[in-house]
Amino acid sequence: MTALNNDIQAHNRQAAALGTFFSNVAVRRFAWQALAALALFGAVFWLAGNLHHNLAARNIASGFGFLTREAGLPIAEHLIAYTPADSYFRALLVGTLNTLSVAFWSIILATILGTAIGVARTSKNWLLAKLSSIYVDLFRDVPLLLQLFLWYTILQKLPPVRQALNPVAGVFLSNRGLSFPVLDWQAAHGWTLLAFVLGLLATTLYAKRTSRKQLDDGRARSFWPVAITLLVAIPLVVGFSLGASVALDMPQPKGFNIRGGATVSPEFFALLVGLVVYNAAFIAEIVRSGLESVGRGQHEAARALGLHPKNILTWIVFPQALRVIVPPLTSQYLNVTKGSSLAVAIGYQDIVSVATTSMNQTGQSIELVGVIMAVYLTISLSISLLMNIYNARVALVER
Amino acid sequence: MAASVEHIVNPTLIEARERPELIGGGFFAWTRENLFYSRLSSLTTLVLLAAMAKAGLSLFQWAFLDAVWSVPAGPQGPITDSCRALGTGACWAVIREKYRFILFGTYPFEQQWRPAIVVALFVGLFVVSAMKRFWRLELAAVWVIALLLIGLLMWGGVFGLTFVSQPNWGGLALTLIIATIGVAIAFPLSVFVALGRRSDLPFIKWLCVAYVEIIRGVPLITLLFMASVMFPLLMPEGVNLDKLVRAQIAIILFFAAYLAEVVRGGLQALPKGQYEAAYVLGLSYWQTSRRIVLPQALRTVIPPLVNNFIGFFKDTSLVLIIGLYDLLHSAQVAVAEPAWQGFGVETYIFAGLIYFVFCFAMSRYSQWLEFGLNMHRHR
Repeated sequence: MTALNNDIQAHNRQAAALGTFFSNVAVRRFAWQALAALALFGAVFWLAGNLHHNLAARNIASGFGFLTREAGLPIAEHLIAYTPADSYFRALLVGTLNTLSVAFWSIILATILGTAIGVARTSKNWLLAKLSSIYVDLFRDVPLLLQLFLWYTILQKLPPVRQALNPVAGVFLSNRGLSFPVLDWQAAHGWTLLAFVLGLLATTLYAKRTSRKQLDDGRARSFWPVAITLLVAIPLVVGFSLGASVALDMPQPKGFNIRGGATVSPEFFALLVGLVVYNAAFIAEIVRSGLESVGRGQHEAARALGLHPKNILTWIVFPQALRVIVPPLTSQYLNVTKGSSLAVAIGYQDIVSVATTSMNQTGQSIELVGVIMAVYLTISLSISLLMNIYNARVALVER
Repeated sequence: MAASVEHIVNPTLIEARERPELIGGGFFAWTRENLFYSRLSSLTTLVLLAAMAKAGLSLFQWAFLDAVWSVPAGPQGPITDSCRALGTGACWAVIREKYRFILFGTYPFEQQWRPAIVVALFVGLFVVSAMKRFWRLELAAVWVIALLLIGLLMWGGVFGLTFVSQPNWGGLALTLIIATIGVAIAFPLSVFVALGRRSDLPFIKWLCVAYVEIIRGVPLITLLFMASVMFPLLMPEGVNLDKLVRAQIAIILFFAAYLAEVVRGGLQALPKGQYEAAYVLGLSYWQTSRRIVLPQALRTVIPPLVNNFIGFFKDTSLVLIIGLYDLLHSAQVAVAEPAWQGFGVETYIFAGLIYFVFCFAMSRYSQWLEFGLNMHRHR
């Protein structure tokens, strides 16, 4: 680097000697940046001026004052209490939560489906591998928006509630959406859940301890008795001793509606199915390339050591594959979240849909586009952060 | 030590003797090796075959056996009752009736040979650009000429062609125009942004990082809304670009941010020695970039570039949200009239097949390229 600086200094001296001001490196560096800054600030200044003028001409007061006004905007699905009498702020909050909820479930389900298909693609079974690869090609090469329309149209063609499809007892599929039974929630269920979560933590710690011990003396220990006690037996004992009932709230078709249970709207269901099916195809490819990146030698060495096939997968292949899988998986999760913005096209009221309706009502387009961008940037950065932490844990530890 | 190994070794593996190899090939040997090599795989194969038979048969029945291929014409348009009878399958008659609308939108019916030629020109342009022997500077000239020709055909107004205004453009022709112009402008832009992001001038670098990260952090829909709602507010009074141009600008900015990251990947993969050697030879920054860095960096990123193009081609379908009549929107609107209402599945499948053909061709091409470009590494 010093050699480079010396060169630059020599060049500068030469330039100064020639008296050519613009061949001086420092001057040129400054000039380029000043030019860019001038262009940027000039453009911003010009646009802001136009904006100010246009807003004044249209009598639109800029600012976020409208957020506290009554929205008068009906939202069918809301995770928190909401009525049209609530403020725009609350309406936007409801929209954001709807975005988060559909993105959350899509990411979980797409990961499960995508991993299954990705593993199936590497299967020795020719038919299974071929069908999985057809799945990937078929759903990856058709636009998500088209797939959403297709699912939504198909869901709307479902029979009305009176002739609702009943594939499994308690599950109803009709043009009103998907209804399924839910647990009649009691305080005792909360304690059972708490016991399960604590049991999960304890099991993780115990599993770590046993594998550490195994590394010490090579003795395999069965950890399943402890795991079952912690995960199943104790939560069940807690539940029954507190008198938890296992009664399910079953959906019942009554006239034109379905009573009881939980129902997701056709809009949510179409969006969920579309996002899961589309993104699973991409996740399958990510998982497959991750699995294939683990060299054959690793399999062969593990087999030569006499490891059990299931241990070859969990101890040798997956830890190495994850290093390849996690970075592209992160950007795929971001794509799922951004893809959920297509909700507006089929009428699920996510943040984009609520904000555009508010835009039409108030004319505050600048502020509302700003809100949408802020929401997505926050979600994107949070997912990146979480996945980077996870990535740091699975990454290769180098010296 | 010997005792400890016993515990992690799978005893069946040690005792397993080598299975006798099947002699010769043949169908049965192949199925045994690939479909029925273990109890679990036999079960999987049988379950899959049963599911395929069930799903395949009902799909076949819907798409072919029970399908309606044409409907009689009535005094007030087609009579679609036969499609609506209970138990009928797909109504392909809607495609027969509406395929011209889906492909070319509201372009004047008797002038639709013009967008048809445009589609053919685009396909020809893609095929020529995909062939390695045409990868030289003259290709840029071919592109310019082809795009001018396409503009001439679409607009008309000269050489006896009637003028067709832009709001009447639609269908596949419009999708191809948006996607191609988008990539053609976004790509050079992305090269500058990628160079800027690796520049040692702090302000330029900061500007490029902010641009790329903000655009990549928000969905395309946001940019399209900005183009349709905010853009008029940001322009001086009286200046009004039409919707297609505004959407096109948003799409170019969106594509360029993603392409810039791909190009940056190629720049980073280039060994430092290349830069140093160019510097020692006394080449200027632009000479180094143009003659040394970019030719090598761009070559390595061609497969990921093509993969991005596939994504962009699909992403153009989002312009329907701001009301442009692209392929998907035409397929949607084709079933808006009362006679054809309710046959969206058929038109979506038709449009989906068109998207699929383009994307599948590109993805196979990218795989082939990747294989070809990595040939020297296999030696």
